[in-house]
Amino acid sequence: MIERETVLKIARLARLELSAQEVEAMQGQLGRILSYVEMIQGVDTEGVEPTAHVLDVNLTLRPDVPAETEVPPAAYLKAAPDSGYGFFKVPRIVEGGEHGSV
Amino acid sequence: MDPCSLTAVALARAVKARELTAVAVWEAFEARIRRFNPTLNAFLHVNPRAAAEAAALDARIAAGEDPGPLAGVPVAVKDNIVTCQMPTTCASRILEGWVSPYDATVVKKLRAAGAVIAGKTNLDEFAMGGSNENSAFGPVRNPWDLRQVPGGSSGGSAAAVAARLVPLALGSDTGGSVRQPASFCHLHGLKPTYGRVSRHGLVAFASSLDQIGPLARTADDAALLFSVLAGHDPHDATSLRPDQLAPAPAPEGPLRVGVVREFLAEGLDPRVRGIIDAALANWKAAGATLVDVSLPSARYGIAIYYLLATSEASSNLSRYDGVRYAMRAVGARNLEELYSRTRGQGFGPEVKRRILLGTYALSAGYYDAYYRKAQQVRTLIRREVSAAFEACDVLAGPTVPTPPFGLGALLGDPLSMYLSDMYAVVANLAGVPALSVPAGFTAADGVDAPPALPVGLQVMARPGHEETLFAFARRHEALFPELAGRVAPDALSEEVAR
Repeated sequence: MIERETVLKIARLARLELSAQEVEAMQGQLGRILSYVEMIQGVDTEGVEPTAHVLDVNLTLRPDVPAETEVPPAAYLKAAPDSGYGFFKVPRIVEGGEHGSV
Repeated sequence: MDPCSLTAVALARAVKARELTAVAVWEAFEARIRRFNPTLNAFLHVNPRAAAEAAALDARIAAGEDPGPLAGVPVAVKDNIVTCQMPTTCASRILEGWVSPYDATVVKKLRAAGAVIAGKTNLDEFAMGGSNENSAFGPVRNPWDLRQVPGGSSGGSAAAVAARLVPLALGSDTGGSVRQPASFCHLHGLKPTYGRVSRHGLVAFASSLDQIGPLARTADDAALLFSVLAGHDPHDATSLRPDQLAPAPAPEGPLRVGVVREFLAEGLDPRVRGIIDAALANWKAAGATLVDVSLPSARYGIAIYYLLATSEASSNLSRYDGVRYAMRAVGARNLEELYSRTRGQGFGPEVKRRILLGTYALSAGYYDAYYRKAQQVRTLIRREVSAAFEACDVLAGPTVPTPPFGLGALLGDPLSMYLSDMYAVVANLAGVPALSVPAGFTAADGVDAPPALPVGLQVMARPGHEETLFAFARRHEALFPELAGRVAPDALSEEVAR
């Protein structure tokens, strides 16, 4: 069981609206999962490098050159809930503007 | 000849030789999809252009063109792999109705190989789950027993192949999501080496673990589909070039089979234990060398998997914000409310649970204790797996600790559901390829009890050694001919439909 405030805090960080019932359920479920994963705290990892890439392969950078895209930006805008003038539209975030809309 | 009873290898051969048309093949499978999908719920979308694509393929063959290695073979695609002619939902409300402006690299490869894209298959929402019950569009049923889950998260793909609605399907495997359903549905299911198959167009869940892999009824079919999928893709920065990792041929002579001690220990269902023991005894009798192998840190696999996978997911799923994709909550008064309300309404319970867990593990004050510590234990697992391969060609054990479980049985108990992948996650954490092959069936016991249920055996190999896994699978098929011919009975899937 974890604190209700902890659930609310991480939900806020994750930009996730939860109902009161969901908060209560998460307290118990996350608590049980976290007490299970506690088992790794006892593992001796002194001097062990954390994994950065899973395979021992030579990771090289590609040349930093612009690539052609086969998909025009307008296609992505079309798949969005609201767009216009070549941009994604969102609710007004600055008070006093002229063109805010949802 | 009924096309639906043929293997993909035989179908492609027949279509190339013009003994069957691609159109006739598609019509036969489409009829089965229409007949059985209402019960199984394996497909979320059927490709409305499949017949036209098959006809175009027949025209090319008639004109003397080489249609490719999957000529006329219908292939189903898990609905977290993007397609521009059909929606990609990830079985989530948050993506309902969204259509990708481009095709995933694997989809392009399938088309270039002559395959007919059959449709998009059901899954646990955003590939998070082991039962396919976390789908916003309803659970999938197991064709071997409709009361059981097909496994997950690639449950729709597995059920579709097992019920012969398609000969082949794509799944994705982050911590067992191809292999666990393969085990539950009597199939071959491969999680390739990290980086061998392009993920361009695979909706990201946990980027250090995700791979796309084939589901098939025979070893040769799985190998054929993998050969089409594998290879470097400049659109995926994690995709391996041959100079980074050269694919290796299968070893000559008898295989040295490492038996992982920890995979036959506590937590293993005795029915699965009996089937795996019998399979390994047959391998020994057939001349294989069995080597006792220990992976002591494997017991931490689920713990570190659920820290790493959820951390990566919390980051990857931040893109679903009500701005760029299909769904937007109504009535939000400001931008932050738009984000949190859209996500609160759009995501299902398991996805929320994992986003919260990952956010917690990455948050200030916990990073070292959870994320960093988990990556250190991951290093220990990688070292142990690598050392084990010094004495053997493959590491074997059960794929899943239990036979398929009942619909609803584990829904209220996320941790028990997670433990279903306790053996499978090791391959994702170590980046090595792993294949589940059909190993046997539990004993049928009585009128109301489950009928015989499938059990799979998992083999892992060194990075780049998929051919060794297929060699194992072919010999395994030859050792157990009675398993190779066994298919899920149609009668079952029809019974409930009525």
